[in-house]
Amino acid sequence: MNYQWNWGVFLQPSATGDDTYLGWMISGLQMTIALSLSAWVLALMLGALVGVLRTVPNKLLAGLATAYVELFRNIPLLVQLFIWYFVLPELLPPDLGNAFKQSHPVMQQFLSSMVCLGLFTSARVAEQVRAGINSLPRGQKNAGLALGFTLPQTYRFVMLPMAFRLVVPPLTSEFLNIFKNSAVCSTIGLLELAAQGRQLVDYTAQPYESFIAVTLAYVMINVVVMLLMRRLETKVAVPGYIGGK
Amino acid sequence: MIKIANVSKQYGDFKVLTECSTTVSKGEVIVVCGPSGSGKSTLIKCVNGLEPFQSGEIVVNGISVGDRKTNLSKLRAQVGMVFQNFELFPHMSITENLVIAQTKVLKRSKDEAMDKGMKLLDRVGLRAQAAKYPGQLSGGQQQRVAIARALAMDPICMLFDEPTSALDPEMVNEVLDVMTELAREGMTMMCVTHEMGFAKSVANRVIFMDQGRIVEDDSKDAFFANPRSERAQQFLAKILQH
Repeated sequence: MNYQWNWGVFLQPSATGDDTYLGWMISGLQMTIALSLSAWVLALMLGALVGVLRTVPNKLLAGLATAYVELFRNIPLLVQLFIWYFVLPELLPPDLGNAFKQSHPVMQQFLSSMVCLGLFTSARVAEQVRAGINSLPRGQKNAGLALGFTLPQTYRFVMLPMAFRLVVPPLTSEFLNIFKNSAVCSTIGLLELAAQGRQLVDYTAQPYESFIAVTLAYVMINVVVMLLMRRLETKVAVPGYIGGK
Repeated sequence: MIKIANVSKQYGDFKVLTECSTTVSKGEVIVVCGPSGSGKSTLIKCVNGLEPFQSGEIVVNGISVGDRKTNLSKLRAQVGMVFQNFELFPHMSITENLVIAQTKVLKRSKDEAMDKGMKLLDRVGLRAQAAKYPGQLSGGQQQRVAIARALAMDPICMLFDEPTSALDPEMVNEVLDVMTELAREGMTMMCVTHEMGFAKSVANRVIFMDQGRIVEDDSKDAFFANPRSERAQQFLAKILQH
């Protein structure tokens, strides 16, 4: 193989002249992190809500929540992204649709990506939250109700604090997934990490260096996420309970 | 205090409770016993509305439990309940377990709730464990805390759902002692239990259930001396054999 390794490529000025190729990578990394974190916040909030609703006695609410989960879980992420980016702006009321289309292209890509990733992941978070709630001993709910708590109070003070503790490990894996899934957003032109890697290949013909760098960057993000989540897990561990001291 | 009239409950075709009726007056201690699956736990869970029932009526302190307009939370706050598996809240310290419902439901001040909680912990002999978590206590200790937690709400009556069934034999007595003391102080109590010793020493009446029906509802002396139904005779013969 006659491949010419050239790790120095990252320090060369980029083709557009205003940056180095390392700068491209860093901006891609920043975009990936910004996108994934904002989508994660959305996913956690919606996922917690929908997951709770799936467990409530009200059949209508539980049914709607189930429909939500099935909708977002059963359509491929890529298709969802195209719908959010290409189709939905056309379906919005004209004022809103036009406002979207006249906004900065990066803004359009970012918003579509964030909503898409956030909702897709929220369906998965909802399933974890539901599983957490359902794995609590049934008597816990009764104990809360028997003390005079209303159902919402029972969720708030009794069930959710334990359910969320139980689902920290599976949520960690969803949190990792959201960073990895964000690479899909390169398909609508968002210059996140994977897109910057490919762009770098186009300009420099150094695919190995480029994708090794991209790979390492994803690994680095995931190591940080895992360490943070493990710290969280230790921090919220319940004394005398599984995982606690 | 508690009036249960013709209460029936079924899951599909399966009748869990059939036409159950009884009354519990203020200060009375009622022991509910019977074989597993006889509906005794379901019956006392109907009393504070944790289990819905299809027909009949339950009135607690003048409030109808089955009535859709009844504020069940408000009613439950006045009816203490102790569960087979303790059901302390594992993520809260013992103190927090005792305080939370007082502050959130009864809107007591934190200080007042703490004061009350500590007095009750003293009473069940667990003051020293206040800062611990439920998972760090033995079963008997957890159940005593659970009783204290229920008492912290100043209940008008107490429901016990097999409070000693999940305990190691050596811990049964510490829990029964607390219950006995409570009974002697005049608390209105409905206890589902197999502890016949407890029934003999403190119960006013014994209710015997079988297959969802109240088969016997008699004074303790009459029940133990001379159970009327064959089913109760068999049950007593087995349970008192050892």
